[in-house]
Amino acid sequence: MSKIQYALYTGCTARESTPELLSSTLAVGEKLNIELNILEEASCCGASHLQDFDPFLSDVLNARNICYAEKMGFTMVTLCNTCQINLSLTKEKLDSDPAYKAKVNEKLKETGLEYKGSVAIKHFLYVLVDDFGVENIKAKVEVPLSEYNIAPFYGCHNIRPSELHAKNNGGENPYRPTSLERLIEALEGVSVEYASKNKCCGFHVDLQAPDTSNTLTGNALVDAIDNNADIVVTPCPLCHLNMDIKQESAGKLLGRDIDIPVLHMPQMVALALGCTPKEIGLKYHITKAKQLIS
Amino acid sequence: MGKTKKIEIKAFRFNAETDYLPYYKTYEMEVEKNELVLDLLNRIKYEHDGSFSYRRSCRHGICGSCAIKVNGKPVLACKENANDMIELFGDELIFDPQSKERVIKDMIIDKGDFWDKHAAIKPYVDCDIDPHPTKENLISKEEVENILDADYCIQCGNCHYACPALSVNKEFFGPAAFVAAYRFSADSRDTASEERLEITSQLGQGVWDCVKCFECVEACPKEIKPLEKITKLHNLQFEKKIAPSNVATRHAEGFVRSIGKHGFLDEADIVKYSEGPIGALKHMKDAFKMLKAGKIHLIDQLPLVDNMPKSKNLDEIKKLIEISQTNKL
Repeated sequence: MSKIQYALYTGCTARESTPELLSSTLAVGEKLNIELNILEEASCCGASHLQDFDPFLSDVLNARNICYAEKMGFTMVTLCNTCQINLSLTKEKLDSDPAYKAKVNEKLKETGLEYKGSVAIKHFLYVLVDDFGVENIKAKVEVPLSEYNIAPFYGCHNIRPSELHAKNNGGENPYRPTSLERLIEALEGVSVEYASKNKCCGFHVDLQAPDTSNTLTGNALVDAIDNNADIVVTPCPLCHLNMDIKQESAGKLLGRDIDIPVLHMPQMVALALGCTPKEIGLKYHITKAKQLIS
Repeated sequence: MGKTKKIEIKAFRFNAETDYLPYYKTYEMEVEKNELVLDLLNRIKYEHDGSFSYRRSCRHGICGSCAIKVNGKPVLACKENANDMIELFGDELIFDPQSKERVIKDMIIDKGDFWDKHAAIKPYVDCDIDPHPTKENLISKEEVENILDADYCIQCGNCHYACPALSVNKEFFGPAAFVAAYRFSADSRDTASEERLEITSQLGQGVWDCVKCFECVEACPKEIKPLEKITKLHNLQFEKKIAPSNVATRHAEGFVRSIGKHGFLDEADIVKYSEGPIGALKHMKDAFKMLKAGKIHLIDQLPLVDNMPKSKNLDEIKKLIEISQTNKL
């Protein structure tokens, strides 16, 4: 298969508190001959919070981010559901409103840039599942995950609003998403069915409403545990942060012991493809994946 | 008549006056091509059990009475084709009330909490008008457009009972009340917008407790996008310069400071900046765990140390912030 090329928007989390997300993504890219060219010029997507404060500024900055992918000429790939939605929301606004696009471009012009709207934006999950293909991944499995019950946790911003993701980002039905199950099964793992898989982890109110945040995270983890999951897997590093770090606080709030490892989607793929422990980076997890560290 | 398909419906049954616990009862039926979920509700009642209870009225997607959940998906029964549900969920459909904890009988719930929240945000144009005007009290096209589609809400409650933030925090207003708050605050004749923004910006009950999951956007049968209006309410607090400085508003504004310095968000700094020195202490336990796992590094936390990754062409980002920033805290 010839090399497929993408412009990689890493987001902040993969550069900071979840370095294992970036290393495992690059390792998977290497194994599958998918070339991920990092957009070194990119800035933070605003994480939906900058959008609450100053929507125009967030659109200008995200339009600039997209400009660099347009310069590269490849589909822009994200590693975080929230990056995915914020970049896509800006793209949708600009592509559907020429007057607004002109207003944003007026600012970008001051830095010699112009937003055109020429590239698609896609989460790495759908690069693997839709572009590369689950069957092709299945053929590359070196370490089957057949011993593990794996609970998929989708994260809101890759599946809702469905209209936004319909064309270029998986196009899942948010009430019945399937991509993670298909991926888990391609890696020969056992996919766990549970009601919370498409629910919210609460990350975005972690600071101002910790009880809401921890209860939602705890509810999802307990649901996975009660359905015999050994591992939870998520394509979103923000879900990962909440679900990995907050197990103790969430457990206290719900009156349950919660102890279940949470993997980033690319870590799971990297494990099955036989990548090195250093690339997979399990040591960076707060809740250790004891069954995977041998 | 089109093709029929045989399905099973598991319907939630409960009578608060006589039942100790709720239960599901299964009904088998052949579904025709153009039948609506409302038709299936009717057929349970007409063909199987006359005591089966649900609300219905207009059958035209405007009264908002017949909202239920099918396999967890909030629907307006008179707008939803039953075959679309069968295609999505298979030939076993599960009918639930919008909220199991608020059930009176079967699909009928007590929407008191919904109406209380709605009433609390002053859902009317608050203004002194001339009781004997000589001409119509018109507003311009632009002023109407500013309301967006917020007045299309039929108060079915689908977004309200789909909201996870509300499900774990009963004080939270919920998406439908916020849509109404936006609708009347955006009305150029209204004089209570600051009061409404004050009510809807309180931590614990207001827009800052929204988890941004987009469940409300997906649940709305009128495609109103409640979260878009919630974001507008956030924005209005800053535009009208009435946002108080608190953990949530500093968190939103703090992104500018971080992006201006590094291009990236400084994850540790945004917590310290939003919480303030005392508030930051409650994150010490998590910070210690993160240090231990190598997620953050002690040296980076020292004053004057800057090991943050930097975006290439950072000067462009600084320039764009300088010329594009519209709001201030």
